Order: sequence, then C-alpha cells, then structure tokens
Amino acid sequence: MTPEEEREFIRRRKSRNLVVAGTLLFFVILFYAITIARIGGQG
Amino acid sequence: MASTAPSTRVSLPTEWRDFFALTKPRVMTLVIFTAICGVLAAPGSLHPVLAFTAILAIAMGAGGSAALNHWWEADLDAGMKRTRNRPLPGGRMRREDARDFGIFLSAVSICLMGVAIGWLAAALLLAAIIYYAVIYTMWLKPRTPQNIVIGGGAGAFPPLIGWVAVTGEITAMPLLLFAIIFFWTPPHFWALALFVEADYAKVGIPMLPVVAGERATRRQIMAYTLVLAPVAIAPWVIGGAGWLYGSVAVVLSALFVVLALPVARRRRDGLTDKMLPEKRLFKFSIVYLFVLFAALVADRLAAYQGWLA
Repeated sequence: MTPEEEREFIRRRKSRNLVVAGTLLFFVILFYAITIARIGGQG
Repeated sequence: MASTAPSTRVSLPTEWRDFFALTKPRVMTLVIFTAICGVLAAPGSLHPVLAFTAILAIAMGAGGSAALNHWWEADLDAGMKRTRNRPLPGGRMRREDARDFGIFLSAVSICLMGVAIGWLAAALLLAAIIYYAVIYTMWLKPRTPQNIVIGGGAGAFPPLIGWVAVTGEITAMPLLLFAIIFFWTPPHFWALALFVEADYAKVGIPMLPVVAGERATRRQIMAYTLVLAPVAIAPWVIGGAGWLYGSVAVVLSALFVVLALPVARRRRDGLTDKMLPEKRLFKFSIVYLFVLFAALVADRLAAYQGWLA
C-alpha cells in the first residue's frame, strides 16, 4: 500500500466510524424518547 | 444472477456514502412522503416521536430492500447506462457487504416498528420487504413483462403501513391508498420505459415495450390510467375523504387521461423522435401522486379540525 493509499484508507475508515458512532448515538436517544412516549401514553 | 457474478476485489474500505446510495435515496423521498401522508391522513393520533419512528422504520425497510435489490441486480446494473456507476457495478463495494447491509437494515426496521409501534405494522413492513426484494426483484421481474404492475405493489405499501401504524387495523381507506399507487405505477413507469427502452432490451429484462412492443405498451398505459381514475376518486365516493380531496382527484385524474391519450394514440416517428408526450406524461405522473396525497392530507386535517363538512 502506497502512503497515499494508506492515507485514503485511514480517512475512509475514520469517516465510516464517525457515521456508525453518530447512528448509534441517534438510536440511543430515539429509544429513550420512544420509552418516554410509550410510558406517557399508558399514564 | 447473484450466483453467477464475479466478486469484486476492493482493497479500500467502502465509503459510507456508497452504503447510503444502496438505499436509493431518491426513491426513498416518495416512500417517506406517502408514508407521512398515511400517518397524517389516518383517523386518530400518534405521539410525534412514535410517528417519526414509524416513518423511520418504513424508510429503513425500503432502504434495506433497495440494498438487496442492488445486490441481486449488480450484473444487470453494470449493463445499463443509468445504473452502471452504482456502488456494486462501479467496483466500490463487495457484493456480500451490500447483501448483509440490506438484511441488517431490513431486520432492524421490522424490530423497530414492532417494538415501538405494533406488530401488525411490523408484519406489513416484513411483507413489503419480502414482496420487493424476493417476489419482485428475484422472482418475477426477470420473468414477466407485467413486472412493473407487480413492482407497483411494493411501492404501494408505505401509506398502508403508515395508516395502520396509527389505527392498528386494516380498513378500506388504507387499502385504497395502496390501490392508488398500485395502479399509478404502470402508466408512470411504462412512460419512462418507452424512452429508455434500449437499455432494458440490452440487459434482457422483459419490459413490456421490449417484449410486447410499443403499441401494446401504449394501450396498457391508457388502460391503467382509466382504471386509476375511479380508484383515485373512490376515497371521496366511499366517504373516507371530503370534497377537497374529491375535487382535486377528479381534476388530476382527468388531466392524467388527457395526457395519456396522445401517448396511447401516437407511434414513434423514427429514431429522431424526442418522445415528448411520453416525457410529459412521466413528469406529470410524479406531480399527480404528490398533489393527490397532499390533497388527501389537507382534506383529512381540515376535516379533523372541523373546517370541512
């Protein structure tokens, strides 16, 4: 792997990791909100 | 199909944008729009967070089945100008990754719908995914020139699921919304197929213009347009929608018939034909569906507020 390819490899891996982390965080917040909404609906 | 394709050698990790592209974001806009219309037009109310979750689950299900469609049709996509730069034929992604992404997204969407909304809506979402990814893409699309009619069923699920997410039951109105998209799809897509015919012929997909010829296709466009009109007006006739929706449906459907008539009557004027009536009908069909569903939502929201008799 050339240095350019390695930089590109790291850049792609980093951007993918950030998207996965953002998606996971989004779902954590969403499930919290769903729980609150459903508990509220039962009260 | 999937088994005969060579696997693509990719040394760099796939860009997240390519995974996003697998979900067919442009098709998704129509899916999300019709799903929102189903949620908003349904009688009853849903907590905004749950309504958002229902629409997200529908969108994720559509994205998952689109990824499975990309995986299965990578060879065909490579042969068509319109699709040859997609992530798989473009060599930017491994085929198995597209398949796994599609299965994962579909499974998460069904679980999300079931847990947050209800299992009837989740079952319908599962049915929609199987319908599009297996029955349509793998089984019937390469086998029958009526593939577009069958494919229309897959696109017709979102408003039905959106409606059922609110009401928890399947009634005549959501079935009519399903029927509207079902009968709208053939004239919409065959108008497109008439002016991109050469591409489908090249990869051997039995599109109606390729198999039955142009005249038969033009006749079928007219036939489905004539069936669509009463189906689109039916929600008003059965009392599921008011005069606001009814009048918009009558005007739009009449326009659809008026624009379909020249398409049905004419014949291609040599290779230099610009196919303007076909292109006009295709563009109008998109406006038709957006305005019709927007009118339904406006009508229902106005009725629930007591503004419409």
